[in-house]
Amino acid sequence: MSWDWQVFCQDTITQEVGQSCFGKNGDITYLNWLLSAWGWTLSVALLALVIALIVGSVIGTLRTLPDRPWVVGLGNAWVELFRNIPLLVQVFVWYHVIPSIFPVMKGVDGFVLVVIAIGLFTSARIAEQVRSGIQALPRGQRYAGMAMGFTTYQTYRYVLLPMAYRIIMPPLTSEAMNVFKNSSVAFAVSVAELTMFAMQAQEETARGVEIYLAVTACYVFSALVINRIMAFIEKRTRVPGMIAASGGGH
Amino acid sequence: MKKHLLVAAISVLAAGTVMAQANDTLAKIKSSGAVTLGVRESSGLGYTLGNGKYVGFHTEMGEIILRDIQKQLKLEQLAVNYQPLTSQNRIPLVQNGTVDIECGSTTNNQARQKDAAFAYTTYVEEVRIAVKAKSGIKDIKDLAGKTLVTTTGTTSVQTLRKNKRAEKLDFKEVMGKDHADSFLMLESDRADAFVMDGSILAANISKSKNPADFKIVGPVLSVEPIACMLRKDDPEFLKAVNASIARQIKDGSLAKLYDKWFMQPIPPNNVKVGLPLTAATKDAWKNLNMKPMEEYTLK
Repeated sequence: MSWDWQVFCQDTITQEVGQSCFGKNGDITYLNWLLSAWGWTLSVALLALVIALIVGSVIGTLRTLPDRPWVVGLGNAWVELFRNIPLLVQVFVWYHVIPSIFPVMKGVDGFVLVVIAIGLFTSARIAEQVRSGIQALPRGQRYAGMAMGFTTYQTYRYVLLPMAYRIIMPPLTSEAMNVFKNSSVAFAVSVAELTMFAMQAQEETARGVEIYLAVTACYVFSALVINRIMAFIEKRTRVPGMIAASGGGH
Repeated sequence: MKKHLLVAAISVLAAGTVMAQANDTLAKIKSSGAVTLGVRESSGLGYTLGNGKYVGFHTEMGEIILRDIQKQLKLEQLAVNYQPLTSQNRIPLVQNGTVDIECGSTTNNQARQKDAAFAYTTYVEEVRIAVKAKSGIKDIKDLAGKTLVTTTGTTSVQTLRKNKRAEKLDFKEVMGKDHADSFLMLESDRADAFVMDGSILAANISKSKNPADFKIVGPVLSVEPIACMLRKDDPEFLKAVNASIARQIKDGSLAKLYDKWFMQPIPPNNVKVGLPLTAATKDAWKNLNMKPMEEYTLK
């Protein structure tokens, strides 16, 4: 197997290797294109993650409200709806089906729709984690809040959620990494992200192995950075003596 | 120490013999009585009807080539295995011997010639523009400010990019996941034009709900020689394949095959593609050649 890493310095129009691996005066090399594709991947993933965290936290919290069977039922329905349909199908529904039902959505960019699709898909999974985090807390925590004279909102804000989030940091980390990997479906609705770059560039250059290795490295690097950031947050927010804090049991 | 050298030498020798055998496809076909034909599942020149059945102009041409080779090798029986390939895996699978010959819609270009060999050009693809009939787009100039769709992983993307540069046109570019997806974007008005190989456009239009709604317009944006692809460094096999192609062109059977797949109603829907033989393809048949895309020019 012989490598040809020069492929990244090729111009995308003339296929000639330039002096610099970055194109000048509007010329684009495959390296320029790779970096721009990586940018799209990061944008899709990070925005989807923001949506997922906000919506997931709200839905997950609503699902644990006492004496509100309707709200809990709606939250459950949300989770089951979004986690039982394959992600690619959801992306197609957002891109092709919804705009044909609601013409207003026709003008919305594919990028926005795919961010919504991945965001809501992931929100269902995060909602499930938030719910289990809250329910994993001893019942006494809620009672303690009530005994202090807190309202339901205050009990969640000051007692339950701060503890619940600490418990679910590890699954939340994998979810954040998953968003990066799931962002690859964005190519299906013509967002010029890494997977699309890989499919197109390997066709043009016939150097599939080098292209896919580079793209893999970009994905691994992005996911790893998120992993480290989450690990840092986990470490800084750790409460001494809390479950799973020492990682070693009793 | 010497023993190690001997072992190493033997294994190198053994590897060498294996290599020699792997590169003699005719001998492999003769000894195994089987051959693997690489086909496409959804292209203009080859497609599947489901249930492991593969048809189309180039698929059938490939079958005839293999029948000619069977005659040449005087084999009583030759089992043909079909292996569906995609744009992503076709070159590696030809290189590693999973398929012996690929007859689909692979463009012969210089980059690919480094990895594989190509038979005589049997079809010259013309990249064209498909639009909605009522859109009023007639020429490449009319594309200014419009949205164009093309399919990820095809050479048409490059063609589009080159034209954008040459014509100084400003248009928006979107990319479908596959041809069906790209056509859906045109159909649902997400794109104003679909830039792709003429045969693929014609096939998609013929299969659409209302073929009269669409039109192929404008100049030919680029021409690409399409040929069967085989393993590199196997001149004997290439010679046998080319001999069969030359025979099929000479006795007019390839022209008949073309008529069957492009001018007559074809399965599964019994609809005509209606793409007459182009001057470029006729020319390639008259002057047999294995030239890459880079040496073909627009006329």
